[in-house]
Amino acid sequence: MVQSLRHVVRYRGLVASLVARELKARYRGSVLGFFWSFVNPLLLLLVYTFVFTVVLPGAHPDELQPFALFMFCGILPWTWFSSSLLESSTVLITSGNLIRKVLFPAEVLPIVTVLAGAVHFCLGLPILAAFLFYYGVPVAPTDLLWFPVIVLIQLVLTLGLALLLSALTVHFRDVRDLLSNLLTLWFFGTPIIYAASQVPPRVRFILNLNPMTHVVVSYQEVLFTTGTFSQWPSLLLVGAVSMVVFLVGFVVFDRLRDTLAEEV
Amino acid sequence: MNAIEVRDVRKTYRRFHRRRQFATLKSALLSGKGLGDLRPDETFDALRGVSFDVPAGSTFGIIGRNGSGKSSMLKLVAGIGRATSGVVTVHGRVSALIELGAGFHPEISGRDNVFINGMMLGLTRREMSARFDEIVAFAELEDFIDAPVKTYSSGMYMRLGFAVAIHVDPDVLLVDEVLAVGDEAFTHKCLDKFAEFKRRGRTVLLVTHSLDMVTRFCDQALWLDGGLVKMLGDPRRVIDAYLLDVAGAEGRALAEASGTGSGRGAGTTASASVDEPVDMSKVLEGRWGSKEIEIVAVEFLDRDRQPAHLFRSGDAVEIRLRVRAHQPVTDLVFGVGIFNADGVCCYGTNTDLEGATLTEMRGEGEARFTISRLDLIDGTYKVDVAVHRKNGAPYDYHRLRHTLRVVSSSKDTGVFRPPHEWSFSGGITIAGLEPPRERDTTATRP
Repeated sequence: MVQSLRHVVRYRGLVASLVARELKARYRGSVLGFFWSFVNPLLLLLVYTFVFTVVLPGAHPDELQPFALFMFCGILPWTWFSSSLLESSTVLITSGNLIRKVLFPAEVLPIVTVLAGAVHFCLGLPILAAFLFYYGVPVAPTDLLWFPVIVLIQLVLTLGLALLLSALTVHFRDVRDLLSNLLTLWFFGTPIIYAASQVPPRVRFILNLNPMTHVVVSYQEVLFTTGTFSQWPSLLLVGAVSMVVFLVGFVVFDRLRDTLAEEV
Repeated sequence: MNAIEVRDVRKTYRRFHRRRQFATLKSALLSGKGLGDLRPDETFDALRGVSFDVPAGSTFGIIGRNGSGKSSMLKLVAGIGRATSGVVTVHGRVSALIELGAGFHPEISGRDNVFINGMMLGLTRREMSARFDEIVAFAELEDFIDAPVKTYSSGMYMRLGFAVAIHVDPDVLLVDEVLAVGDEAFTHKCLDKFAEFKRRGRTVLLVTHSLDMVTRFCDQALWLDGGLVKMLGDPRRVIDAYLLDVAGAEGRALAEASGTGSGRGAGTTASASVDEPVDMSKVLEGRWGSKEIEIVAVEFLDRDRQPAHLFRSGDAVEIRLRVRAHQPVTDLVFGVGIFNADGVCCYGTNTDLEGATLTEMRGEGEARFTISRLDLIDGTYKVDVAVHRKNGAPYDYHRLRHTLRVVSSSKDTGVFRPPHEWSFSGGITIAGLEPPRERDTTATRP
C-alpha cells in the first residue's frame, strides 16, 4: 500500500505529461482551441441565466440574486466532480491496451482524469471571477484563504471515488450505467440550483450526509454569500471523510490491480 | 548473478464468458482473488510450474508452439499480471517490446508521444530529452516528428514505437516477436541495435517463433510445451529437438490424412479419357486410369523398413507399391515423381525412361523404388506414383496423393541438396561450418 503510493509519486512526471496531453488532445483540431475551457463555462452560465431569469423568473429568494451567479459557484465544481467520475469509470477500459501490454501503474489513469478535470475547473475560475467583479459581489479576502482548502478537499474526495469506480467498472461494467443516473440524482441532492436553506428541515439531514453538499455550500459561502465563512467545521469533517474515501479507493484499487490486465 | 529468476510459476486464467471472476461486489472487495472457488473446467492453466534462471548479460530465448505459454511467461516477467503461484524475480529496470507504440495518442504530435511513451517505460523527462534526437534519428522521422501520430503510416508508427522502446536502455529487455520492423534496411538497423545491446552486457528475454533469431542471438533456449518446460539448454540442441517434435506431429497428421490409400477410392475415374495420355501440367490432385492394373497400396519406408512419413534429409527412403493386375498385361511402365510445395517436380522417372525392354504382369506384385539418399531440403513433398502404358495411357495414376515430410536443421534453399563440403585455403578462415550431413538419423520415425 505504502509502496504503491510511493510508486504514484515516482510517476508524477508521467502524470503531469499525461494531463498536458489530455488537455492538448482535447482541443486539437478545434478553431478556438484552449479558449473552449473558458467558453464552455461561459456558455453554461448563459444557459442557466436564460432559464432562471427569462423562463422561470422569481423562482428563488432575493438573497440569491443574481441567481445565475449563485448557481455558477456550484456548477463549476460540480462539473469537475461529475465529469471526472464519469470519465474515470471508463478510463481503464478504453486504455486497456496500455494495461495489457505495458508495465504501467494503472492508477495513473484515473488520477490523470481527475487532474485534467481540475485544470478545466481552474480555467473556469477567471470567468467566475470576472462575473463576481461585474456584479460587484463583495468577497472577503480572509474567506478567499479557504478557497484552496475547499479545492484540495474536493480533489481528495474525487480522487478516492475515481480510483474506486475505475477499478470496479473493470469487473462490473454495470457501474458505468448506474453511475450516470446516480450522478443525476446526486446533482439534485446537492444544493446547486437551490440554496441549502430552502430545503425542508425533514430532508436536510439527508442533504447533510452528502459530502458534496458541504463542499458546494463552502464554495457558495466563500464566493457568493456575504458574511464570514461559517461552514468550516463541517468542511473539515468532510475533509477527514475525503481522506478515508481516498484510502478506501486506493486500497480497493491496489487489491484489484493484478486482475485488471486480464479483465479490461 | 541472475537477472531473472522464475521459480515454479503457475498461471491460471479464467475461461471467459463462463462465470464472472467476482460474482458480487462483496467478493471483489473482500477476497481480492476469486480464482479459488472456480471449478477446474472454468479455468485454464497457461503455465504449470515453470522454473528457470536467466543470468545477467545473457540472451535467453523461449520457443514453443502457439498456446504453450510463452507470452504469458513474458508478461509475468514484465510485471503485467501476477503469477497464480510461484515467484518471479527481476533485477534491474525492465522494458518490454510487446506491442510497439501501445499508448500513443493519435491526436498529438510524435514529439509529445515519444516523451510520454518513454516516461511510461520508466524514464524521466530529462532522460528523454537527452535521448530524443537519437530516437527520432533512429526512427528516420525527422520531418514528421511534429505531425500528429494519426497521420503516420503503420510503418512510421512501428518505427517510432520500436525506437522509443529500444532507447529506454533497460537492464532487462523483454521481446515478444517484434525484434525488427520495417523494410530490409530498417530491419538491419533493429538487429544491429539489438546486437549492440547484447554487447553492452544487457539481459534479453526473447519470445519468438523465429528459430533463426534464437540460434543467432541466444545463449540459452527454453522450450515450453503446454505450460511446462520441455527442454532447457543450448539453443541448437533445443531447436533441433523442437523441430523434430513439430515434424513428428505433422507426420502423424499426414499419416492420418493420406491414410496410405489401400482400397479407398478404388474405381474412381477422373474425367480424362482412359486411353489418352494425360497432360500432367493441367491435372491437380487425383486418381484415374483404366484399372487393368491397380495400385492398391502405397507406403513409404525408412531405412529400417518401417512405414514413415517423416524423413531427415539424407535418409534412405523406399516407396513400395502393392499392385494387382485384373488381367494379364504386357505393356506396362512404373513411374514415380516427387514434387515440392510449389509444385516443382524435383525428380521424376519411370521404368521405360530407364530402358526397360520386356514388361509383363499377371496377378499381384510389389514394386519398390529405393532412394539411397533423399537429398532434399526441408519441406513437405507430394509424390506421384503410376503404372501406365508406354504411350502414357494410365492403368492407375495417383497424382499428388501421397505426402512425405523432409526435415532438416539447415536452412539452405533450392530444390535439392547435393552432397557437398566447403574447404578454404590461403588467407581465408571460416570456422564452425557443419557438414551438411544430418547429425542424428536415429530418431526418424514419427
